[in-house]
Amino acid sequence: MLLIDCPYCGARPEIEFRCGGEAHITRPAPEAARDDESFAQFLYFRRNTKGMLAENWWHVHGCQRWFHALRDTQTDAFAATYKIGATPPDLPGSAS
Amino acid sequence: MRFSFLALLRQAFHPDVPWTRQWRDPEPKSAYDAVIVGGGGHGLATAFYLASQHGLTNIAVLEKGWIGGGNTGRNTTIIRSNYLFPESAALYDHSLKLFEGLSQALNYNVMFSPRGVLMLAHNHHDIISLKRHVYANRLSGIDNQYISAKAAKAFCPPLNISPRIRYPVLGAALQRRGGVARHDAVAWGFARAADALGVDIIQNCEVTGLMRDAGGAVRGIETTRGAISTPKVGVVAAGHSSVVLERFGLRMPLESFPLQALVSEPVKPIVPCVVMSNTIHAYISQSDKGELVIGAGTDQYVSYSQQGGQHVTAQTLEAICELFPQFGRMRMLRNWGGIVDVTPDRSPIIGKTPIEGLFVNCGWGTGGFKATPGSGHVFAHTMATGAPHPINAPFGLERFASGRLIDEAAAAAVAH
Amino acid sequence: MKPTSQSHRLDQMGRIDRNRPLTFTFNGKPIQGYAGDTVASALLAHGIHLVGRSFKYHRPRGIISHGSEEPNALLRVDRGAGREEPNNRATVIEARDGLQVFSQNHWPSLTLDALEINDLLSPIFSAGFYYKTFMWPAKFWKKLYEPLIRRASGLGEAPGTADLDRYQHRFAHCEVLVVGAGPSGLAAALAASQNPQTRVFLVDESTEMGGSLLHDAEAEIDGQGALDWLEASLATLASRKNLTLLTRTTAFGYYNHNMIGLAERVSDHLAMPQHLPRERLWQLRAGRVILACGAHERPLVFPGNDRPGILLAESIRAYLNRYGVLAGQRLVIATCGGAPYQLALEARRAGASVTLCDRRRPDECGPELGLAEAAGCEILTATAIVGTRGHDRVRAVQIAPIHGAPPSLPRWLECDAVGMHGGFTPNVQLYSQSRGKLRFATEIDAFVPGDAVQANQSAGACRGIYDLDACLLDGWQAGGGTHRTFVASPRPGGFLPGGPWEDATGGEKAFVDFQNDVTSKDIGFAVDEGFRAIEHVKRYTTTGMATDQGKTSNMNALGLVARKLRQPVARTGTTTFRLPYTPVSFGAFAGPHHEAMFDPVRRTPMHGEAEAAGAVFEDVGTWKRALFFRREGETMAQAVAREARNVRENVGVFDASTLGKIEINGPDAGAFLNRIYFNDVLKLAVGRARYGLMLREDGHIFDDGIIARLDTNHYHITTTTGGAGRAQAHLENYLQTEWPELQAYATPVTEQWAVISVQGPRAREVLAPLMTGMDISRAAMPHMSVRTGACCGVPCRLFRVSFTGELGFEVNVPADYGPMIWRAILDSGRGIAPYGTQAMHVMRAEKGYIIVGQETDGTASPADVGLGAMTPRSKPDYVGQRGLLRAEMTRPGRKQLVGLLSLDPAQVLDEGAQIVRHSRADVPMASLGHVTSAYASPNCRCAIALAMVENGAARHGETVYVTRPNGWSKVHICPPVFVDAQGSRVHG
Repeated sequence: MLLIDCPYCGARPEIEFRCGGEAHITRPAPEAARDDESFAQFLYFRRNTKGMLAENWWHVHGCQRWFHALRDTQTDAFAATYKIGATPPDLPGSAS
Repeated sequence: MRFSFLALLRQAFHPDVPWTRQWRDPEPKSAYDAVIVGGGGHGLATAFYLASQHGLTNIAVLEKGWIGGGNTGRNTTIIRSNYLFPESAALYDHSLKLFEGLSQALNYNVMFSPRGVLMLAHNHHDIISLKRHVYANRLSGIDNQYISAKAAKAFCPPLNISPRIRYPVLGAALQRRGGVARHDAVAWGFARAADALGVDIIQNCEVTGLMRDAGGAVRGIETTRGAISTPKVGVVAAGHSSVVLERFGLRMPLESFPLQALVSEPVKPIVPCVVMSNTIHAYISQSDKGELVIGAGTDQYVSYSQQGGQHVTAQTLEAICELFPQFGRMRMLRNWGGIVDVTPDRSPIIGKTPIEGLFVNCGWGTGGFKATPGSGHVFAHTMATGAPHPINAPFGLERFASGRLIDEAAAAAVAH
Repeated sequence: MKPTSQSHRLDQMGRIDRNRPLTFTFNGKPIQGYAGDTVASALLAHGIHLVGRSFKYHRPRGIISHGSEEPNALLRVDRGAGREEPNNRATVIEARDGLQVFSQNHWPSLTLDALEINDLLSPIFSAGFYYKTFMWPAKFWKKLYEPLIRRASGLGEAPGTADLDRYQHRFAHCEVLVVGAGPSGLAAALAASQNPQTRVFLVDESTEMGGSLLHDAEAEIDGQGALDWLEASLATLASRKNLTLLTRTTAFGYYNHNMIGLAERVSDHLAMPQHLPRERLWQLRAGRVILACGAHERPLVFPGNDRPGILLAESIRAYLNRYGVLAGQRLVIATCGGAPYQLALEARRAGASVTLCDRRRPDECGPELGLAEAAGCEILTATAIVGTRGHDRVRAVQIAPIHGAPPSLPRWLECDAVGMHGGFTPNVQLYSQSRGKLRFATEIDAFVPGDAVQANQSAGACRGIYDLDACLLDGWQAGGGTHRTFVASPRPGGFLPGGPWEDATGGEKAFVDFQNDVTSKDIGFAVDEGFRAIEHVKRYTTTGMATDQGKTSNMNALGLVARKLRQPVARTGTTTFRLPYTPVSFGAFAGPHHEAMFDPVRRTPMHGEAEAAGAVFEDVGTWKRALFFRREGETMAQAVAREARNVRENVGVFDASTLGKIEINGPDAGAFLNRIYFNDVLKLAVGRARYGLMLREDGHIFDDGIIARLDTNHYHITTTTGGAGRAQAHLENYLQTEWPELQAYATPVTEQWAVISVQGPRAREVLAPLMTGMDISRAAMPHMSVRTGACCGVPCRLFRVSFTGELGFEVNVPADYGPMIWRAILDSGRGIAPYGTQAMHVMRAEKGYIIVGQETDGTASPADVGLGAMTPRSKPDYVGQRGLLRAEMTRPGRKQLVGLLSLDPAQVLDEGAQIVRHSRADVPMASLGHVTSAYASPNCRCAIALAMVENGAARHGETVYVTRPNGWSKVHICPPVFVDAQGSRVHG
């Protein structure tokens, strides 16, 4: 079970959280919704990075806040968590 | 050397004449007619059918580690074809039929054991869902029947149908042709048979890049053991498919999650069939060795660590102890994780890619083992002819843009 | 007084309590022992070695170890029905009065086992034989071969009746966890716990702490006897409040982020467990883990090395020193190192004759040689065992000189016990589970930990340090201790790496994996057949896959593969160490979570009222909902018909509390909901309500419910019962990650409100007298409106909404007042009756109202269920808008909601049934769609159904066929409304 550092509450066990998948995916504005192909990119296509991946997490059984995390998917180690709207911290290897 | 009881006898009397190798350990050649990336069951099956059905024998299977070492050797070996949508049912039943004659076709006993698959209903929604599957299967000519809880118990005597448990068993769907097989043997059997037809199985060989010609079509592949020219590449890399394809510049509608399974210590025969409960997440059968083979759910996050959380296995064992309270004193012997590549509609992707000469077969999620021969068969057709087999035509990558998904997960969905 | 039957028990030695004798039974025969004995030590005290049969060849097998690595001595423990358990290691079962243990995997008896014939047939049963045969004729596999294989395999019998015991879960945090209480672990705990602020856990799988010190009776530490040092150290540890000591506790799994799973065996060893749970599963989050897991001794691989009476040398020592049992009077010790010379000395002193067969040449040995000689041991250097004799017990070993010399002039040595030593294998399992990479140490022929990946540190024997003083110091330093050294007795050293050796060819089997009957020859064959990866060899031969998880076999198998491939062991690599370290019961994982505790049971505030009124409940998600209210003598169908008729003709009361409820507040509440819902929310006036659909981005229906506007910036929305959590997640996700600029807040209030739905032509008449502060007249409160006020003096939100098609209200009151208001409504007139979910379903189906999850299945769009026109075309961005424009969503001929009427009005269709054009078509038949809901409608006096049918809206009037369990029903397609098509009744 992961130990997740909620930026609002501190380190808590994974069962308090819900993972919301890849972060920083821009929802296309209606006028930018172009063709089905590019909409499918937004809807379905993911980085699925093997390495450092930016994710959304929700502290559902806690403060109910969504936040971002950088986690290495090879080791499951978190490199950082940060609030929505904040810039991801610079980490070696997080450029993906 | 052909395997048979006589061969075993001959070996018994001449122990100093070793068995011949089941497959060679060749050096990669500089060129092949086709290259398959991924030496799991699906990749090896593809190679076998390319060689046996399409006469393509100058081909190679490249495996990063050892063959059958990924999800092929990590799953709970359940085989069934009672899927809802006709497209899925056709694909999985095609595979089930191949399984029925696979030992003979490969001259390798894969121990396919059609002992029956019971899927349990625990609430009204489950009952409707199972009946919908049963009736849909009837239209497709696939055996599956809805039976009462009592009949389920008669079929699987250790099952607890007491109304006292939190979610009592209300009924079940039974596919008698479903069952299990020996997972490693499926990989090895395909490997041996493909090797005998001339296919090069190259282990410890990781693919690092794709070579393309001026028109953008596939020209070859770069590997940790050198460059290989080939006009056709098929990526069958399960949990790592998107990693390989990213190296080729393609992003996929895939996410890779940990999926755990476990076995108990071996005991004498007690569970005569496969029992599955999607509602409380319990999947159990008993191997021929006697171990109870139990599948857990996926963890919630993308991971390549092949390790999941203890709470996930614990939840599954809670469900097992509800359905089989006599197993409270059975013990977990081994617990492991695989990496399952999941698509948005939980159906696989089998077909062409935007790059000419590059094909993919991935996205099998938590249920790919059962499809091994069928998947290899239709993918071989696709790679050989350049066009999908009618069975895998609906499973192309295009469906994500059009929205014509084959959404087994949504259809089985969620209680109201 | 020494019972005569304990022929191998010594008068003096051991840590057993001779004042507390006890009796248990083995295969029904009484066995005496003492408190402190294990079943294994007591059996050995009686000279009983044969305790089981191997997996494949059914060879007689004895006890080979003294701990949890035991592969052979597996027994069934029987504590009565509901408390039977197969495959327990005799070496860890604690002897107690009344204990009953049985050997397993034999027929008809342990000493005479018919399947021993397999041993003779073993040349055919080589590794992987089953992959090569049993294929002809094909159908014999299922009928004959597989049942035979299945019956022969497996070890013990699975328990037959439900487990009667309780299991507990504990959660804890600590700064330091020390795994293993041998010398290193004790020293680590002593150092780590010096600071009273540091919470330390020290856990050990054994019955008492001390590890190897418990049988290292003659060793000295800092001038004290080892056992005295142990006692003093334990006293120090026990006095420290910041330290938790757990014995009988196995650290079985090293999970992510330093979470360690511990399995504590609480009461199996007690004659009367009374109120105690059987086991306790700990989930411990440790700041740092000190792994002091020790090492296991490695067996030697020689022909016939599996006979009963052949044990690990260190285990013979343990039985001698810890249990006062001398395993044999004529002891042969086979070794490739100096470690078992200590056993030779101790066994001599206990009165045994000892012959040492040492692989090493005299010049490779140390002073241990002289000491053993002086003690009267026979020493044969450069010698190995090449054969053994004896059926139930080893009677003799054949020895031969080695080192280039041909195994000529072999000689037979009579003996009654053999100790073997092939070096030690550090226990790196937990380290490996923590993802640490191993390093091969050639000098000790073993893998040891490399750099730690998680916060852990290995100490002592588990990282290849075997000298006692070095182990103590290593542990002390790992625990953060400084400024200290330890002085301890030297242990005999010296070791010849490079094993296992195969000195004899042909002849008897030399076992690598004892339990799974994998021989050195099997390993060789597997490599010949092309299985070169160590994982392939493991899977093909099954070596290392027995219940001991390869603790005694892995390194030997690895050595054989490396030799065969002529490559270094380091390159061959290890197999993955999978958790658990030793098997853990399912019950411990499940803990208290069974039956009522399996999943939380959610009951509505009115649950008790419903129960008293005869309700039969159904599970809907985690909720219990009243399905119908049974009256004396009624069937369910009769009750449902009565309830549904009563609503249409009179008035019914329904508990709708399970519906999800979310309050949306804030200046942007309306704008937010307008983006979330398919509908236009902005035009909703204060005091009005609207049916709303939520979509996913892909355009499929996600949830539905009521949107009610209480005030300018205040909305109350409802969701489906099962969708409440999902919907809340959905809202929060968009609010926080997509549109953080919107000032709106979503608060889940599902359990704050009891919801009593009052439906039927008399609904207003029933409610009016109870309501204050609001005018609920037809004119003042039209259909789809909301008012706040009081009901019987209790604050109330009243919705005029209907899921039945009748005039209806939903009374929302604070949850605790629910039962009171429920009673008040039911008592406020004649003929007011509660109805359950089944009647609700019937009535909403009569009106063609969908249920998300029943009519829709995650692939339906609003247009598919006839609700496509709910949104104005001009509506700007909302969730699902772009998704609805995709090719598939706009394709003509999608499935659409229709009604079905059976030609036989009494025939209720099967929900889930498939629909086809012609019932006589060939398989595969094309499906037109499926039945989503089907009921006997008391108000229509016929069977009705809803279905999703391809191009259904254009098919009204067509006749189609619907599957039944044994055949077909002929039905007409009709519009999906069966009652009050004009919809005038809701406005009543």
